[in-house]
Amino acid sequence: MKLITAIVKPAKVDDIKVALQAAGVAGMTVSETRGFGRQKGHTEIYRGAEYTVDFIPKVRIEVLADDADAQSIVDIIVTAANTGSIGDGKLWVTPVEQVIRIRTGERGGDAL
Amino acid sequence: MQAINSGDTAWVLASAALVLFMTPGLAIFYGGMVRVKSALNMMMMSFAAMGITTIIWVLYGYSLAFGKSNGGLIGSLDHIGLASTLDQVTGAEGHQIPVLAFAMFQLTFAIITVALLSGAIADRAKYGSWVLFVAVWITLVYIPVAHWAFAAQNGEGGWIIDKLKALDFAGGTVVEINSGAAALALALVLGKRDGFKRDPMRPHNMPLVLLGAGMLWFGWFGFNAGSALSAGSLAATAMINTQIATAAAAMTWVAYEKKRDGKATTLGVASGAIAGAVAITPACGYLNPLGALILGLIAGVASSWAVTRKYKFGYDDSLDVVGVHGVGGILGMLAIGLIATVTANEAGANGLFNGGGTTQLTRQVIAIVVVALFSFAATWLIATAIQKTIGFRVYRDDELTGLDTTFHAESAYDITGNSNRY
Repeated sequence: MKLITAIVKPAKVDDIKVALQAAGVAGMTVSETRGFGRQKGHTEIYRGAEYTVDFIPKVRIEVLADDADAQSIVDIIVTAANTGSIGDGKLWVTPVEQVIRIRTGERGGDAL
Repeated sequence: MQAINSGDTAWVLASAALVLFMTPGLAIFYGGMVRVKSALNMMMMSFAAMGITTIIWVLYGYSLAFGKSNGGLIGSLDHIGLASTLDQVTGAEGHQIPVLAFAMFQLTFAIITVALLSGAIADRAKYGSWVLFVAVWITLVYIPVAHWAFAAQNGEGGWIIDKLKALDFAGGTVVEINSGAAALALALVLGKRDGFKRDPMRPHNMPLVLLGAGMLWFGWFGFNAGSALSAGSLAATAMINTQIATAAAAMTWVAYEKKRDGKATTLGVASGAIAGAVAITPACGYLNPLGALILGLIAGVASSWAVTRKYKFGYDDSLDVVGVHGVGGILGMLAIGLIATVTANEAGANGLFNGGGTTQLTRQVIAIVVVALFSFAATWLIATAIQKTIGFRVYRDDELTGLDTTFHAESAYDITGNSNRY
């Protein structure tokens, strides 16, 4: 099993959710976060003064998947999250040891 | 007891309430403009102003500001504890109001003037030191200036109003230039916030700022029109002039801001309105409505430009007291010397462009310069004395943590309910 984590622009979360649901993905977790990558932050001008703003608001999306489904879910998220401009984000995949559905106690693939 | 003019009295009483309303309005305006970690502290500084100033006023403030003048420089001790004021009246013939109504009205001006200063030292003043500062500043700075420019006593009162005869309808000197100059001194003595010019320090709650600006706009009608001390055509002129200048400045501030920064902000529209109201404060009873419009249009642009000077000169006037109140007050006082007209108020004067020559303009300039220098120097000394004795600036760790938890054991918002949980 895999955990797919994606840091994406907040404005793209709806598109990603719709695309994942259309592909039959049953669940996901989203949380608000901040960050910057290679391009660092950006300069803003407010009330006549310039500031460098480093931490930009982002959303973290986490999806658990079977090994077999992971790659297609990755492709769906990357496509839906892409705008072509700076700050689109990053996605990574990590292995997961155990998954349990809390209500029923189901384990492994049955818990996904 | 002589006959009281009940219409005038009613208006002055209502105006006092309107002006008092401006101080919690200022608390909300300023509170929304600072970062959330010190928002409550900023608001509480205004409440300290309301409390301490009132106590001083009854004990000796009113007496020294408005008692019988000693050489035009300061009042007397005849009204310590507001003695000999009950059932007394004051005012021109036919327009007598109770002394206590006048004293109450003037008190609300003292309160807001000192409250304004808190904006210059956002996020970095020790609260106890601020309370002490309020008491000392009202005593040594506000009271003398109020006496000079507001205590009219048939030619024998305060020197600015009765001897120099500079015109200042509602406090361009006493409130605006006074607070602007004092704010500069405070900002310099306390120093810059940690991260000034590096970190963005944006308002944490713009809806509050807009609400506060609205409360100030509303209360300003008491401030300006109430200064007519009568319910008649002078008050009406002052009121509409106030509206015109405030509205015009709000629009020109954001127009200039859009051109300079690319976006018209709500902080800009709120600040612009205040800038216009400040500028018209001394002039509202001496200009005609078109003059108020011209002043408002100019004040919006001028103050919008002026507030950027702090980055150039490197002083952290956090909430722009200098650029809005100081600069606006100077503009309004000068406007009287340039475009005042006796058609608006026969007790006024004609400015330079209305055939009055430079007589009035010269008087205005003298008043501006003396009040600005006195306020700056005296405030500098007071703030330095506090800094060197009990300390005024907070420790860096407390500044970074935030003053709300440091001094008040509180946080402004607990939307998630976490404060009441673990």
